[in-house]
Amino acid sequence: MEGYVEERIIEREFGELALNMGPQHPSTHGVFRMKLHLRGETVVNVVPDIGYLHRGVEKLSETLDYDMLPPVYERDDYLCPTANSLAFVLAVEKLASIEVPRRASYLRVITAELQRIASHLVAIGTFGLDLGGSMGGGTTLFLYCFRDREKVLDLMESLTGTRFHTNMNQIGGVRYDLYPDFAKEVMELKQYLEKLVDDYRSMLETNPIFLERTRNVGIVTQELAKEFGASGPVIRATGIPYDIRRSKPYSAYGEFEFNIPLGTIGDVFDRYLVRILEISESLSIVSQALEGLPEGPVNSRKPLKSALLLKPPKGAEAYGAVESPRGELGVFVVSDGTSKPYRLKLRSPSFSNLALISEILPGNLVADAVAILGSLDPVFGDVDR
Amino acid sequence: MIFIMGFLESAILLGAVIGIVAYLTWLERKFSGRMQSRIGPYLVGRPHGWLQPIADGLKLISKEDIVPAKADGLLFNFAPAWILVVSLLGFAFLPITANWVLVNMDLGLLYFTAFGSLIVIGVFTSGWASNNKYALLSSLRSAAQIVAYEVPLLFSLLVPAILAGSLDFMDIIRAQKGYWFITFPVIGQISFLIFLLASLAESNRMPFDLSEAESELVAGFSIEYSGMKFAYFYLGEYVHLLAVSLLVSILFFGGPLGPILPGGVWITIKTMAVFLGILWIRWSFLRVRIDQLMMFNWKILTPVSFIVLLLAGLWVNLKAGM
Repeated sequence: MEGYVEERIIEREFGELALNMGPQHPSTHGVFRMKLHLRGETVVNVVPDIGYLHRGVEKLSETLDYDMLPPVYERDDYLCPTANSLAFVLAVEKLASIEVPRRASYLRVITAELQRIASHLVAIGTFGLDLGGSMGGGTTLFLYCFRDREKVLDLMESLTGTRFHTNMNQIGGVRYDLYPDFAKEVMELKQYLEKLVDDYRSMLETNPIFLERTRNVGIVTQELAKEFGASGPVIRATGIPYDIRRSKPYSAYGEFEFNIPLGTIGDVFDRYLVRILEISESLSIVSQALEGLPEGPVNSRKPLKSALLLKPPKGAEAYGAVESPRGELGVFVVSDGTSKPYRLKLRSPSFSNLALISEILPGNLVADAVAILGSLDPVFGDVDR
Repeated sequence: MIFIMGFLESAILLGAVIGIVAYLTWLERKFSGRMQSRIGPYLVGRPHGWLQPIADGLKLISKEDIVPAKADGLLFNFAPAWILVVSLLGFAFLPITANWVLVNMDLGLLYFTAFGSLIVIGVFTSGWASNNKYALLSSLRSAAQIVAYEVPLLFSLLVPAILAGSLDFMDIIRAQKGYWFITFPVIGQISFLIFLLASLAESNRMPFDLSEAESELVAGFSIEYSGMKFAYFYLGEYVHLLAVSLLVSILFFGGPLGPILPGGVWITIKTMAVFLGILWIRWSFLRVRIDQLMMFNWKILTPVSFIVLLLAGLWVNLKAGM
């Protein structure tokens, strides 16, 4: 009722149409509500409203043992589970000074990069839905991307037994070692995906409608991106080479050669381009990791119950950050000497990236509002935590 | 007697059109499925889900008919019926074979386009009567779009009419005995393209389905409709699309003309080819934005259609002078 009165006030006093986009809307990528003020079809003001998917991950962490938490973090950003648990285990390993075997670091890189590919394919596919709707060319792109993503997930399934929430990372290493044919299957996938990425690029980047819809739309300037703490493809699309894999290497990233794809002006097209180029880079990182894979154990400790619970020293603090497909995903842990974290803070990339919309939406048409939101690729599990 | 015959004939035509349209939705689903590396309907009726349209029809008929509390009841119920009826009426003037047409009149082309442009009234009414903001935005879009695209649509239609020297479909078909109008250098191809694009825009198809626009306006003007009323919109859209395909095959591809096979077979083949072309466009393009749509119309399609019309008139005049 309150919302209704608010809408009437906007319409009477300002002569604008108040459009309540979401929380149930096909293009909000989850449960997200945008209060749009429209003049004609032009957005003049937008009030984002988040929190519909709040699951209290941070508070929940204070009630669980360290070894029980990586699976919880996999559910945080539900498009790249291993990146989340990786951030958490990195923070805890720093906190308790646990050594990680080199092979485990390599395996972490492999799974994280495979899931980056899967996540970017989802981002590009759903971006197609935003631009072309569920009853047209957009679905074609969407289904192509999901078909290829399923191949990546099949690989994860044969590696870990679960196609999505893999439980791969644990404190002190990884849970599963490779099986004999894994490298061969990854190479097949690499060949398959490289060809298809070329196909998609030629399909989209020569399509005048796609270019018209994405070029010079939703421009994020470098200053704006820095001011809002944007990261991931959103900041790299503006031309700032900020990538934690390069600037602050974690796990085994220091040992691989890879490029950081950059955009030029930071519009919707650049964000798409950065993502699709990153797929190729990820494939190259995975193949490098498989070639140089060291022998040895995959974990330095087993997750244990009761008797030997992991108890980091009292008062210790640690921050572990990874480059998730959406940007800088950080976990800050404070220990009080017990087996449970005293406080845990999650720095989610989707949250900071999403904050940009109140700056870049006004002045665009409703159709572009959807495209811009899609290009930021927010995951609402990650935004609301 | 004449009355009864006319009644029977129109009943047969009506039934045939609706039956064909039901199976066109099946065709579209199979076709889009193949394009998207999936199978499409498969389980309802082997082989290949041939009972799917009937199952869908039964489902839609048996659904609850919901009228929102704040909707304008009368207009809300009137709009879907209007769309279906007006779309179906267009068929009365289209020749199905070389010597059979329900209503044969000198101005068949004019009547057909007149009925085609009446559809927008139904769309606009439904958007207004739904009392929903998405529906309202969508109906505004659709009104702007159809008014704009009428201009190039009509001008491109006039090119075959000028070349044939008549607005009567029969005369247009007869004039194509020597060559199909699509093969007429430059003018034929350009006016064909303009007509195809403009009629896609008029019948709200991809990439111009801005009034449906699920990604931003959810489902646009049909957002509040359910059950059979929703099906009326769907049916109306496909009937209009079939009419457009038929019209293209008559105006540019010589309709029933062709070697060996009888006229009915030729016109079916041509209509289906055009229809599949439209489906191909639909499932491979993204949607344009409303301002781009308008720019495209007023800056490119309309001037080009003027020029093509002028050239066609000039050629006919010169030929008559010689």
